[in-house]
Amino acid sequence: MKAIVWQGTNHVGVETVPDPTLLLPTDAIVRITSTAICGSDLHLLDGYIPSMEKGDILGHEFMGEVVEVGSAVKKVRVGERVIMPFNLACGVCDPCQRGLFSACDNSNPNHRMAEALYGATSASGLFGYSHLFGGYAGGQAQFVRVPFADVSCFAIESDLRDDQVLFLTDIFPTGYMAAENCAIVPGRDVVAVFGAGPVGQFAVRSAQMLGAAEVIVIDRVPERLRLAEAAGARTINYDETDVLVALHEATGGRGPDHVIDAVGLEAHGHGPGALLDTAEQKMRLSFDRITALRWAILSCAKGGTVSMPGVYGGLVDKMPLGAAFNKGLTFKMGQTHTHRYVRPLLQRIQQGEIDPSFVITHRAALSKGPELYKTFREKHDGCIKVVLDPWA
Amino acid sequence: MSMNSAGGGQRVTPPDQRSTGASMAGAERGLVGVMGVFLLTAGVRSGSAVQKLVFSGLGAGLTALALSGRSPVATALKIRQNADGETLVSDAVTIGKGADELYAIWRRFENLPSLMKHLERVEVLDERRSRWTVKAPAGYSGGEVSWEAEMTADEPGRRIAWQSLPDAQIENSGEVQFRAAPGNRGTEVLVRLKYRPPGGTTGVVVARVLGQEPSQQLRDDLMRFKREQELGGYHPTTEGQSSGRASKGGQA
Repeated sequence: MKAIVWQGTNHVGVETVPDPTLLLPTDAIVRITSTAICGSDLHLLDGYIPSMEKGDILGHEFMGEVVEVGSAVKKVRVGERVIMPFNLACGVCDPCQRGLFSACDNSNPNHRMAEALYGATSASGLFGYSHLFGGYAGGQAQFVRVPFADVSCFAIESDLRDDQVLFLTDIFPTGYMAAENCAIVPGRDVVAVFGAGPVGQFAVRSAQMLGAAEVIVIDRVPERLRLAEAAGARTINYDETDVLVALHEATGGRGPDHVIDAVGLEAHGHGPGALLDTAEQKMRLSFDRITALRWAILSCAKGGTVSMPGVYGGLVDKMPLGAAFNKGLTFKMGQTHTHRYVRPLLQRIQQGEIDPSFVITHRAALSKGPELYKTFREKHDGCIKVVLDPWA
Repeated sequence: MSMNSAGGGQRVTPPDQRSTGASMAGAERGLVGVMGVFLLTAGVRSGSAVQKLVFSGLGAGLTALALSGRSPVATALKIRQNADGETLVSDAVTIGKGADELYAIWRRFENLPSLMKHLERVEVLDERRSRWTVKAPAGYSGGEVSWEAEMTADEPGRRIAWQSLPDAQIENSGEVQFRAAPGNRGTEVLVRLKYRPPGGTTGVVVARVLGQEPSQQLRDDLMRFKREQELGGYHPTTEGQSSGRASKGGQA
């Protein structure tokens, strides 16, 4: 089959690789009909998530049709149209029982590697996202092996298009959980969203669905800001204005009640902190550039929430913890517990509350994937979200 | 609010498990001390300012370490020892099954090698004694290490403890405890081991770097045990999956 393969930092390519096979009786094989490039794939491209190996198949947002199931698979049927959350969960361990699917105890065969790097218990396995997170082959390919099939596969029976349900596998639940974590008081709370990429866009719309009085979006890419404005958000271009001053004034000196950092470890920005972060990251002294997080903490209102859907990788310094402490902020973060959001958000799509395909700007054949990785990273050509067709 | 209402409190760390880091054995200390003094002397005598600084700095550092007797590498690697110089290893895992069930599986010692990859075999000799065989660490002659152990405690559904018999190749003792986890979460399994490593603290450091040291093996084995119980034997794996490596001959 054809697959997009990681060939080294800043190198991805389309290669012909063996078709996946069932490795366990609990696996399924899915023929992929749509697959996307996610913002967090760029951290792999840029080499900021350690433990990638040459030849790893990328991709963690995809959907398709079940073509084979293992002997222990009970619910999933061949021929079913399914979507798969990007994180893998066993469904039986204590975190899974509590709905904390991205903290599954059992799905990462390389848990020891993650524990050694992060100094603590590991996160769940992830599709196509380095050996730290299990080393599972991803779905930017024509077929994928789906572990824990009965827990992973969600059947889509309606006539909704792939474009409308594909993002239930990651960016829609990720933006939604980021907003839900803010515990927004409807009609009163102002929410600021740093980063107007795909996750930021879903965070904006989710905050609105959850009743935010106002949503303010911070980015510097004009088309991203325009897309947020189209949803009714106010916007700040941080290249043109001082973010902290603008947010202070826009909220009558209170600051936004909650702030969502939809940027994560590759933040751009201004000021000495941003310069120092960049220098340290270039020298591989640190994994993370935390300008967005710093701005989030400094701008957030007293008693507010800093919600972090953006990915962080390592140890962080120069974090204004004193400000956070004195304002009594709550921090909520982590990989999305995607499984728990699939059905409720699917319902919102079916009821016409949201059509997730609004973020798609680029569609192409899988073979164009490597070019589009670059287009997406450089934010050229108005690129916000890329969907690839593995069979075109 | 505590679910552990029966019998009141309990000390988390028993006295014989106390540790603050790892110290060096006498011979190791002597060697580090000699190296320290040698470097210090070389540094002081050196004509080059840079050499003077580097050598005397290193020399002073090593000498200080030898005097203190602490092994910074071992301590940094979180290798723990008690006052008797025994290396301590412990780990715990919560498993979504009942204590009686898990205890019963452990109590059948001869079955343990199927759960613990690092155990070669266990032969039950009589009611209290058994013979244990593990793969030897790299550099240890014979390929295998084995010893006889005697059970020192057997409390069904709660605890099993053992102690190696006097002529053991590696002197060791240990216990495994089973305790109901609060809130119907299954059972907390706690394993504590003590052993005298061949090669002193340095031996433990080398084994840790080679990935063959008991604390790493214990963690692997406990997670394997948990997954065996919770996933019905279907351990997560990526072995044999497709990748771009296979297409160029040879899968990683």
